[in-house]
Parts: sequence; structure tokens; C-alpha cells
Amino acid sequence: MTTTDRAPEVTLADLAGDRRRRATERRMRWVFLVAASSAIVITVAIIATVVVEAGRFLADVELSSLFADGWFPREGKFGLPTIFVGTLWITAIAICVAGPIGLASAVYLSEYARPGVRRVLKPALEILAGIPSVIVGFFTLNFISPELVQRIFTSAERGSLLAAGVGVGVLIIPLVASISEDALSSVPDSLREASTGLGARKVTTTLRVVVPAALSGIVAAFIVAVSRAIGETLVVTLAGGAAGGAAFEADPARAGLTMTAAMANLASGSDQVTGVGNAVQSLYLVGFLLFLMTFGLNLIADRFVRRFRQEY
Amino acid sequence: MSTVLTPPDEAIDAEVARAVETGRTLDARGLAFQGALLLALLAALAVLVWLLYSVVDGAIPVFQDRSVGDFLSGKLSGSPSRFGVSQGIRGSIGILVFVGIIAFPLGVAAAVYLEEYATDNLFSRTVNVLVRNLAGVPAVVYGLLGLFVFKGLLGDLTGGSSLMSAGLTMAILVLPVVVITAAEAIRAVPQPLREAGYGLGATQWEVIRTQVLPYAAPGILTGTVLSFARALGEAAPLLIIGTATGLLTSSGGSVLDQLQGNYTALPMLVYVATKRPAEEWLSLASASALVLLVVLLVANSAAILARNHFEKRRS
Repeated sequence: MTTTDRAPEVTLADLAGDRRRRATERRMRWVFLVAASSAIVITVAIIATVVVEAGRFLADVELSSLFADGWFPREGKFGLPTIFVGTLWITAIAICVAGPIGLASAVYLSEYARPGVRRVLKPALEILAGIPSVIVGFFTLNFISPELVQRIFTSAERGSLLAAGVGVGVLIIPLVASISEDALSSVPDSLREASTGLGARKVTTTLRVVVPAALSGIVAAFIVAVSRAIGETLVVTLAGGAAGGAAFEADPARAGLTMTAAMANLASGSDQVTGVGNAVQSLYLVGFLLFLMTFGLNLIADRFVRRFRQEY
Repeated sequence: MSTVLTPPDEAIDAEVARAVETGRTLDARGLAFQGALLLALLAALAVLVWLLYSVVDGAIPVFQDRSVGDFLSGKLSGSPSRFGVSQGIRGSIGILVFVGIIAFPLGVAAAVYLEEYATDNLFSRTVNVLVRNLAGVPAVVYGLLGLFVFKGLLGDLTGGSSLMSAGLTMAILVLPVVVITAAEAIRAVPQPLREAGYGLGATQWEVIRTQVLPYAAPGILTGTVLSFARALGEAAPLLIIGTATGLLTSSGGSVLDQLQGNYTALPMLVYVATKRPAEEWLSLASASALVLLVVLLVANSAAILARNHFEKRRS
């Protein structure tokens, strides 16, 4: 074995690799970084739009008109309580429909369904999730309302908050089901086995062990569902029954207006807005409130989901 | 931090004692519970079946009275006998082109950054939180963004209530969905694949281009189709930005003219037809809804085929 008397001439530049490749590398890193920043840009753009324009509207309008006893933008009445109560009704009714059905479906799929049954039923729920909300709105107005809601609640109008709430409920069933099911199936099997080992029946294990263990995930599912129900537009515009404006109405069996429906009605008639010049501007105020509510709810839901992920 | 799970000892003890005492092994309450759960799930699916049946059943008269081709080639019109969906199909395709050109590359690139480049710092955490929250922002609010930015500020470029404004808004709307699903797909790429690439001397971008993205392609594709489906069916932002509702004269002219021109889209046709009170519009709304559902079905099937193709190449 002979020792080499010449060390190979390797400089730092050789080890660093081809300069063109390194330049590409840096460039691509920037491209990806810029793409990721788009999320920040969009968020800032949304907030800036609604805040600035809502501010301009508030500067123009008399504050007392925000608490008028109805929502008639063309007459300068921007009664926020009217549309707020509408949204509240829709959300409450939708959760009453989607909460039990969605949660029960999730428990069945996660705890009871055999794999073969699951393979059929789960995609079917996903199909329901994929139905566009405009079609659900059409279906609610023309079928759910006359053939279901009006038969049970005979005083209900064809287009009513009640009918629209049920429609929104149908829309968010898959959402509640899929998030809850994720939470339930990520509960470790060891908990189920321990409970069964103690002699508990399946129903006891499910209700007293699995569901409590998945609770933060289930809570997240309900919060996301509430947020979705608040922001749902087409179903409430088509099946809510109110066109243009609405007087304050506390009875959900009557036609009513939600925040989103008020926006949709205002915008789709915006070309013909006469009279009060700032009527269209009120869109942005409602949008701002809507954004605040949903963004806040989503942040809270996010925390619940993360807490759940940390536990298991 | 952990929730304290107290084992329901007493309840279980009581159950065991009762079972021993009575010698009964049949759990009637358990069966009832299971039945109730199944019933709830079946109720949800029954609504789905009812919906699909109603749409198809309602659409039949239109296709019987007029040929299918006549309805598909008909235009937006105030007269029920001439109303058709051709312009809606064109508009929806136009919107999808915007989504494909803007949201898809931008979303995948953002996902690559979040999964491959980002370290755990303030920037990446912020982007992560914002993306998840943007996915939950109601579609009408995106409509306001489109109304203010694309119809207002950039009105000269976009032409106001135009296909371009709608397409850009919809691209922004679905961007978070693309990012989230693409990031999930990229996260699922096995680490050894990357390490092998680095071991052979590839740079990070080369590993991403030749290893990570091809492996993640099926998952990314699924996410893209989800976002396309969302863009196809979403009507709320279009309602805010404004579309043609009464009559739409097909604008000829250059591509730019068409992009800046008035438009309509399939979900808007369902909306317009549902809003009209007369009975004959009910079947037209059903028929438009059916066309929209069929388009969604075709898009989804195409995606499944494409995904299988990619997955086969992967193995």
C-alpha cells in the first residue's frame, strides 16, 4: 500500500456544487415562499375590504337606523337585530336537525358498522356533502318545505326560516358526521378494550368511554357546523321566503331574512338601487359581522381539534 | 394535559351483576341504541335519495317536451320554452379554467412550502392557521372581496360583473381547499424517498420535482377535484358580484372580450329558475340542477380514473 504524495485538489467551491443548480434552488425557494404568503395577502385583503367599506358605511348612516324594526335597505332601514335573529333561528334549527343525525351517523359508522357496510354508507354520506347548496335550496323550497315542514307545522309558510333551517341542517349533516367520526375513530382501541374487559356492554363502552374521550373533537364538529350554518347563503335566500326586505319577525314559521340572505338580495338587485345612496354599502357591514363571527368560531374549533390531536 | 377519564365502574358493575343475576345475555337496550343510530344514518341517506329522485323526476318533462339537445343548447331566456343551459356550461367551464390556472399551481406551491421548506416559525404557523381559517370563511364574504377588488378597483381590467371577476374570485375561494388537501398528500410521502434523493446528490427542489410531487400526485389530484367541484357548485360569490339573469347575448369577439363580458354559470341558472314563481320553471330548475349534478359526476369520475392511473404508475 503506497501513500499518495499528492492530496486531491478539492476546494470548497467544488463541494458546493454547480452554481446554476444552486441559483435554481434559491429561486424555487422564493417561488414557494411567495405562494405561501398568498394566504396572508388574501386574509389581509378580505379584512381590509370589509373593515374599510363597513367604516365608510357607518360614517354615512345614522346609527339609529341600524336598530330599526326591520331590514329595508332601500328605505334606509338597516335593522341589524332583524337579520341577526334570522341567522340565529337558522343556526339553531340546523343544529337541531344535523346535530343528532350527524353525531348518530358518526357513532354508527365508527363503532358499529362492519367494514363492508361502512364502505357503502360512508361514500353515500360524502355524496350528500357534495350536493351544491343551490340545489339543496331548490329542494328545500319545493320539496322539504311543502311535503315535510308544512305537514308537521301546519302554520309554516312555504318559504320560512323554519324550512330554510331544516334545509341548512340537511346540508351540514355530512359535516358533523365526518368530523365527529374522525374524532371517534382516533380514540385508541385500548380504551374500548379496557372497558369491555371490565364487563361493560357495547352501548356502555360507546356512551361512557368512547364519546367522552372524543368530546373535544365532537365539540369542534359542532362549532364548525354552526359557523357553516351562519355563512350558508343559497338555501336561506331561496327557502327563507323574504325578498328584498323584512320586518322584525321572531316567529320562525314565517318568512324571514338572515344576514347572508340580506346580502344576496341586496347585491342581486344592486343595479336597480334607488333612493338611499349607501344601501349597497351596508353589504360590507353585514359581511364584516359575518366574517368576525365565523372567523372567531373557526379559531375556537381549531383549538379544540388541536387539543384533541395532542391527547391521542 | 389530559382529560381525566373516570372508568364508569359502578355502571359496569351494575351491568355485570344484573347479567349474572338474570342470566340474560341479550342486550335489548344495546340493540335499540344501535337501531336508533342506524335509523339516523338511514334518514340522512333517505333525504339524499329523495333529493336525487325529485331532481330527476322534475327534469323529465323538460327532456320529454323538448329534446335533450334543445335544452342543452338553449340560452338564458325569460321564456320557459327557450330557456337552456349552454351559456351556463360555458361560464362554469370558464370559471374552472381560472381555478385551474390560478388556484391549482398557487395552492400546490403553497403546500410545498408549508410541508417541505417551512421550519416551525411565526411565518409558517401564521400561514397554517390562516389557510385553515380561510377555508371556513363564508363564500359570500369572498363575494364581497370580488365585488370590491375585481369589480370595483380593477373594474377597467376585468370589465365589472364579468367572467374574469367571477373566475378570479372563485380561484381565491377554493385556494385554501387546494392548499390543505395538497399539504396532506405531500405529508404522506415517505421520508426515505426524500433521503434517497438527497443521498444521490439531488438538491431540495430536484427531490421535490422528481420524487415528492410525482408520489403525491394522486392525492393532490383528488384535492384539486374537490376544489373544482366546490367552484362548480358555488353560487354565493356570483350572486354578490352579479351575473346575467334575464337575457344574455352571446358575445363574440376576442377571448379578452369574452372574459370581460357578462356571463352566467350553471348554479346561477338553478338559482334563477328557482326564483321564478311560475309552475313551468320548476321543471326547468330541476333540469338545470340535473345538468349540474351530471357535470359534477363526470368531473369526479374523471378524477377517480386519473387517480387510479397515477397510483398504478407509482407502484
